[in-house]
Amino acid sequence: MKLYNLTIHELHEKLKKKELTSLELTETFLKRIDAVDGKIKAFITITRENAIEQAKEADKKLASNKDITPLTGIPISVKDIFCTKGIKTTCASKILSNFIPPYDAHVIKKLKDAGAVILGKNNMDEFAMGSSTENSAFFTTKNPWDIERVPGGSSGGSAASVAANECAASIGTDTGGSIRQPAALCGIVGLKPTYGRVSRYGMIAFASSLDQAGPMTKDVTDCAIMLNAMAGYDPQDFTSINAPVPDYTKALTKDVKGLKIGIPKEYFIEGLDIDIEKSVKHAIDVLKKQGASVIDVSLPHTEYAVAVYYLVATAEASSNLARYDGVKYGHRAKDSKNLIDMYRKTRSDGFGPEVKRRIMLGTYSLSAGYYDAYYKKASQVRTLIKRDFEDAFKKCDVILTPTAPTPAFKIGEKTADPLTMYLSDIFTISCNLAGIPGISIPCGFTKDNLPIGLQILGKPLDEETVLKVSFAYEQATDWHKKRAGV
Amino acid sequence: MSYEAVIGLEIHAQLLTNSKMFCGCSTKFGAEPNTQVCPVCLGMPGVLPVLNKKAVEFAIKMALATNCAINPKSIFARKNYFYPDLPKGYQISQYDEPLTKKGFIDVDVNDSKKRIGITRIHMEEDAGKLLHGETNEDINYSFVDLNRAAVPLIEIVSEPDMRTSDEAVEYLKALRDILVYLEICDGNMEEGSFRCDANVSVRKIGQKELGTKTELKNINSFRFIQKAIEYEIKRQIDVLEDNGKIIQETRLFDSDKGITISMRSKEEAHDYRYFPEPDLLPLEIDAKWIEEIKKNLPELPAAKRERFVKGYGIPQYDAGVLTSSKALANYYEKCVQAYRGQGVKGGYPSEGWVGGQEIPKVVSNWVMGELLRLLKEDGKDINQPSVFGLQPESFAKLLKMIDEGTISNKIAKDVFEEMFKTGKDPDAIVKEKGLVQISDESAIIKAIDDVLNANQQSAADYKAGKEKLFSFFVGQVMKATKGQANPALLNKLLKEKLSR
Repeated sequence: MKLYNLTIHELHEKLKKKELTSLELTETFLKRIDAVDGKIKAFITITRENAIEQAKEADKKLASNKDITPLTGIPISVKDIFCTKGIKTTCASKILSNFIPPYDAHVIKKLKDAGAVILGKNNMDEFAMGSSTENSAFFTTKNPWDIERVPGGSSGGSAASVAANECAASIGTDTGGSIRQPAALCGIVGLKPTYGRVSRYGMIAFASSLDQAGPMTKDVTDCAIMLNAMAGYDPQDFTSINAPVPDYTKALTKDVKGLKIGIPKEYFIEGLDIDIEKSVKHAIDVLKKQGASVIDVSLPHTEYAVAVYYLVATAEASSNLARYDGVKYGHRAKDSKNLIDMYRKTRSDGFGPEVKRRIMLGTYSLSAGYYDAYYKKASQVRTLIKRDFEDAFKKCDVILTPTAPTPAFKIGEKTADPLTMYLSDIFTISCNLAGIPGISIPCGFTKDNLPIGLQILGKPLDEETVLKVSFAYEQATDWHKKRAGV
Repeated sequence: MSYEAVIGLEIHAQLLTNSKMFCGCSTKFGAEPNTQVCPVCLGMPGVLPVLNKKAVEFAIKMALATNCAINPKSIFARKNYFYPDLPKGYQISQYDEPLTKKGFIDVDVNDSKKRIGITRIHMEEDAGKLLHGETNEDINYSFVDLNRAAVPLIEIVSEPDMRTSDEAVEYLKALRDILVYLEICDGNMEEGSFRCDANVSVRKIGQKELGTKTELKNINSFRFIQKAIEYEIKRQIDVLEDNGKIIQETRLFDSDKGITISMRSKEEAHDYRYFPEPDLLPLEIDAKWIEEIKKNLPELPAAKRERFVKGYGIPQYDAGVLTSSKALANYYEKCVQAYRGQGVKGGYPSEGWVGGQEIPKVVSNWVMGELLRLLKEDGKDINQPSVFGLQPESFAKLLKMIDEGTISNKIAKDVFEEMFKTGKDPDAIVKEKGLVQISDESAIIKAIDDVLNANQQSAADYKAGKEKLFSFFVGQVMKATKGQANPALLNKLLKEKLSR
C-alpha cells in the first residue's frame, strides 16, 4: 500500500510509532502532487515551503510526544475560499487573483493549532458558485475516476485532491451542497455540519446564512477526526453556536440497533439515475440488516427548495460581493474615466459569468417592488422547509437520500444551461436552508465505474448520529477502500 | 395666502464608545489616516461583525431619555450602495425593526412648551471619509480614510412636528444637550459627530395633508440649520405662489451662499435593497438590562432646569443658561454651596440675602456674566479641566469680599479676571495689587473735598438744582481713589457734603 493512499488514522498510527516522519510524509504528498496534479488540476496554489516548515514543527512535537493530536503532521489541503495569512487566497476569481490576506480563517488556525500540515489551496467554482469547478476563473479540475468528467463543485478541487490521494484530507465549504455533491462524485466522505457548528470567520462569504465549512476525507473516521479539530464556538462569528463539542470519534460505534431511518419519498423522483437509486436502496437494506428500522417520511416543500435557494443565496451574494470594488484590494481595472467607470470595468472584468448572473439575480430579488415577491417570500418558504425537517425528525433519527441525482457528468456537458446545472444540487440544498447537518459517503459505483454518494441528514447539532450511521454502513461495505486509478 | 411649514429632523449622533461598532479598533478622532483599521472594518474577504455591547447600551440610554420604548427584539439590516468610503459595499443599519418604538421630548420655544415626537431611534455604523487631492500631482486622486468606518452611530428620526426654524433649532439643541448629558456623544457638529438632515415641506394654513417634502443635507451648525430651513421654506412658498410644483428631492445647503441646491430627485434616489443582516442574529434586549440602565441614568437637562428654578429660585432664563452644559451646571452648584458655606460678618449672607438678592441669583449673575464672558473671550470650554483652576471656593471667597465691603463690585470684576487667568486666590490678588476698598470715612471725605475744591463752579451748579452732576462728582472721587472708595459710603458722604 502506498503511503498516500492511507487515511489520517492510519498515518497517525505510523507517525506515532515513529515508522514515519511528517517531513517524509509531506514530501511524499508533494511528489504525488507533482506527479498527478498536472492531470487533475486540484490546486490553485501549492505551499511547498510552508508545508515543509509545518512538517518539521510537527516532527518536533512527535519526537517529544508533546501536544500531539490525531492531525499532528498530517498533510491536508484546503479550499481556496479560506483566508490563509500571507498566502494568496483567490476564491478562484480574477478579482482576488492577487489577494494575500493578513489573517487566517478561524478554521485554518484551528487546523494549524492541531498540527496539520497545509499543502496548498484547492481549485473551486468562483466564489463557490457552481457544481463542477468549471466556473473557476483559472481552470477546471478533473474527476480522478474519469478525467473527462467534472469532480463536482464547488469544492471540486478539494474532493479531487482527496480522491487522487494528493493529500490525506481536505476541507471545503457547503452553501447548497458544495461539500457533499463533489464528495459523492469523487467517491469520498464529505460532511456539512450544522449551521454555526464551525466558525465562518475568514471563510470568504457566498451566502452568509447558508455557508458552512466541513471536512472532506477518505473515510468516516477521518471525517470525525477533522470535525473534532474544526468545530467549536468562535466569538468572532456572531452566528457560531456556543455549545460544547463532543468527541465525534466516540460516536463511531457501528451500533444502529433501534435507530429510525427516514426515507423521504420526494427524493426518489424521475430523473434520478437508475444505478444511484439501486445503490441507495441497497444501502437502506444494509442498515436494516444491522438493526435500524426504516420508515417513510415526507418533506412536502422539497419542490420549492431550489427556487428558494436561488433567491436567498443570490440575494446575500449580491451584497457579500459588493466589497470587491477595486478600491481597497484585489483587481482594479486600469484607465477608468471616473469612479462609476472604475467600478463597472473592475467588476465586469473581475467576475466570471456565473458570478455576474447570481449578482444580478440577487440584486433583482432585493430591489424595491420585488422584495416582497421574491426575497421575502423565499424567506418564508425557507421557514416551511425547515419545519418539514422538524416534523420529519419527530419520527426518525436520520434521513437517508441520494446525494446527487446523477454521477459525475462530462466536462462542458451542462455549462450551456445553468438551470440543468442548478439541479445537480436538488438533493443537497434543503439541508442548508434548514441549517441541519448532512454527510455524503460512498455507496457504490455506476456501471461506468463512477462513484455514487449516499446522503445522511441529521437533527441540528446531532453530527454524532449522522457519523454513527455513516460508520455503521461504511464498516459493512468496502466502497471507501476503493481508490481512483490515477 | 399664508403658509405653514412642516419640519422633521433626522439626526446622526456618533457614540462615544472606545471601540468601533463591530471590531476592536479605536474610535479616537484625528489619528493619521487608516491607522485605526483592521480586516473587519476594512471589509476584507471573509471577516464578520461582532456587535459592541457598549454601543447598544448607549443607544438604550438615549431611548430611555427620550421616552422611547425599547423593542425586545430588533433586527440589523444591510443598506446596500457603492461608495469608496463604504468598505463592504453596504452599511449595517436597522430598517423595519429598529431598536425603539415611538417617543418624544418637550422643548421650550419662546417661553412655551412644545412636544416633539420621535419616530424611532436605530443603530448603524458610520462610513469612512474621502479626501480629494488638491496639489498638482494628486489633483486627479481621491484618498480614502477608513478610521471613521464602523464607528457606532444612532439615528434619531423625529415626527414632522416642527412648524418653524426656531422649533427645529430648539429641538436639535435639546437633543444634543441630552446626548451630552448622557455622555454618549460629544455633540460636536463641526467635527461631524452630531449631524442633522432636515425634511421640509409647506402647506396652506388649515390644510390637513402634508405638502411635498425636500430633504436638506450638509448642514453643520445650528446657525446653518436655521438659515437652511428658512431659505427652503421661502423657496417652496415662492414656487407655490408662482403656481409651481415642489419636487421631492434631496437638496444640499450651500453655507457660503445661504441657499439650497438640488442634489438628486426621487427618481434618482438610491434603491438601498435593505435586507436582514445574516451575519448578526436578531438583537434581543433583556428587560433587566434596560432596568439597570434606567437606574443609572443621570439627571437630564429638563429635570435639572426645573430643579434649578424651584430649588434655587432663579429665573427660567438663568436655569436654561446654567444647564446648557452639565459641567457648567455642576460648577454653578458647587459655587452656590461654597458661598453658602462661607458665613459673613453681620449675618450676611448666611441668612440667604446679599444686596437684596438671594445667594443663588448672585452666583448665577456672576457665572452667566463674568465667567461665560471670559470663557468666550478665551475660546475656552467649561468641559476642559483647565478652567477648573478657578476653584468654586475661590469664587465664593471673592463674593464674600464684596459682601464684606473689602472690595467693590467693580474691582471684584477685575480680580475675577485675574483669578480666571492665573488661578490665584482673590485674597492674594487684592493684596498684591493694593485693591482693598477704602471704607475709611476721613480718607473719602478728604477726596471729596479735593474734588469739590477743584470744581467749585460745578458744585455751585449742583446746589442751584443741576442734580445730574452728582454722578460726575462720584466719578471724579472714584478716579482720585483709583476706584477703591466704598461706593455706598461715598454716595452717603457726598450727599451730606453737597446738601450743606
